[in-house]
Amino acid sequence: MKGADYCVMLFDSVSSTLLAEKILKGQEIPHKVIPVPRHISSDCGVCIRFSLDLRNRVEPALAGKVEFREICAL
Amino acid sequence: MKKTVYLDNAATSWPKPPGMMEAMVEYNRFIGASPGRSGHTRSVDAGRVLIDARQAVAKLFGVPDVLRVIFTKNATEALNIVISGLLGEGGHAVVTGMEHNSVMRPLNAARSRGADFSVVRCSGGGELDPGDAVPLIRRDTRLIVITHASNVTGTIMPVAEIAAIARERGIPLCVDAAQTAGAVPIDIEAMHIDLLAFTGHKSLYGPQGTGGLVIGGGLEHAIGPLMHGGTGSRSEFEVQPDFLPDKYESGTPNTIGIAGLHAGIGFVSGVGIDAVRRHEKSLTARLLERLESIDGVRVYGVKDPDRQTAVVSFAVDGMSPSDVSFALDEEYGVMSRPGLHCAPSAHKAIGTFPEGTVRFSAGFFTTREDIDYAADAVAAIAARGRKGAGK
Ligand SMILES: Cc1ncc(COP(=O)(O)O)c(C=O)c1O
Repeated sequence: MKGADYCVMLFDSVSSTLLAEKILKGQEIPHKVIPVPRHISSDCGVCIRFSLDLRNRVEPALAGKVEFREICAL
Repeated sequence: MKKTVYLDNAATSWPKPPGMMEAMVEYNRFIGASPGRSGHTRSVDAGRVLIDARQAVAKLFGVPDVLRVIFTKNATEALNIVISGLLGEGGHAVVTGMEHNSVMRPLNAARSRGADFSVVRCSGGGELDPGDAVPLIRRDTRLIVITHASNVTGTIMPVAEIAAIARERGIPLCVDAAQTAGAVPIDIEAMHIDLLAFTGHKSLYGPQGTGGLVIGGGLEHAIGPLMHGGTGSRSEFEVQPDFLPDKYESGTPNTIGIAGLHAGIGFVSGVGIDAVRRHEKSLTARLLERLESIDGVRVYGVKDPDRQTAVVSFAVDGMSPSDVSFALDEEYGVMSRPGLHCAPSAHKAIGTFPEGTVRFSAGFFTTREDIDYAADAVAAIAARGRKGAGK
């Protein structure tokens, strides 16, 4: 599998990240909470990684419930 | 036989549900890390403890957006955030005559910086006529603060009516729910509450050192934080983030306490606030009936279990509240709170300033037997007081 098969979603706060995690869990959308990769941001927090092809399920699942800052391909 | 009867639940509830204490032990044993400060498993788990607790609070008060629940160390901190945030060096607030010093002292501090406030007079029973608030509202009124229930008389205040007045004029309404969160149903949307200050260690059965603020949509732009510092987010910037909840939550939080608070809320939700309220109403009815039948005892407030929390203030003729409270404790093991209860303006309203009253406050774990035992003790002390007074 190549690197670009995943993307990460970054949020403003840990609270937003973990709220998003709860929502994705509730909807059984596969994902993983990981430390923010250093090459993406100097932030010391965590973000959510999921496979690229789930992006069209992740965004609607979170819409109106929790805002994210950006999505980056890995 | 001397029992131990704790009737000071309005100060802090006791006993606490065993599950609350277990949750704190579990947290420290199995998680214990700093929430969200590092990316490792237990740091993330600690972050999950906070978000789970936030969700429980949001559900309890009908808050649609979980991130609008801010944790503080108590209701006092939440009230300080609101008052010092909305009243800077100017502006005006309207408050009721039944407020606690956690409202009055920050207001007076704001006044010394150039802000001002007006107090809506309350009746001798501690009641507020909402219409009396209207003429006090000025063009520069930025905030209305109302306690949901008095910690002196238990009187439940007309929040919905005051909310309607505030809304009509676009003034934010802050409700001090220290005495009611967990004991009386609260729905911030239905009640149109913009800012809700609550404490965790009273009727939510959490540990001391927990509480919070629910902040209504948009108000975070008008209210600055009390403290600035590390949040674990946007660490590359040396200025405070402006998003919720981080804006108001600097420094390592009381995660262990919040784990306990979540379990306390779980306990209250499990029993059901309606069931808690029913139990406390029946205890209040019994307490009022017993105390009012004792010669030489004066009971204050509305004296109606439907219109008050499980708080009853009384005085014994010929004795100071502190002597009565001391005798109750020393001779009967009944723990009460004498004096002014951090609420001098409420005591002025009911005519008991500066001596104050003796306050009994029941909780979910109080029994009818406890109430009868405490009332018997008051009767015995009052009889002695009458003899002492030569009657
Ligand atoms: C009406 C009222 N407001 C505010 C507070 C302050 O709560 P805390 O001590 O948790 O800050 C209390 C109790 O102490 C109270 O009874």
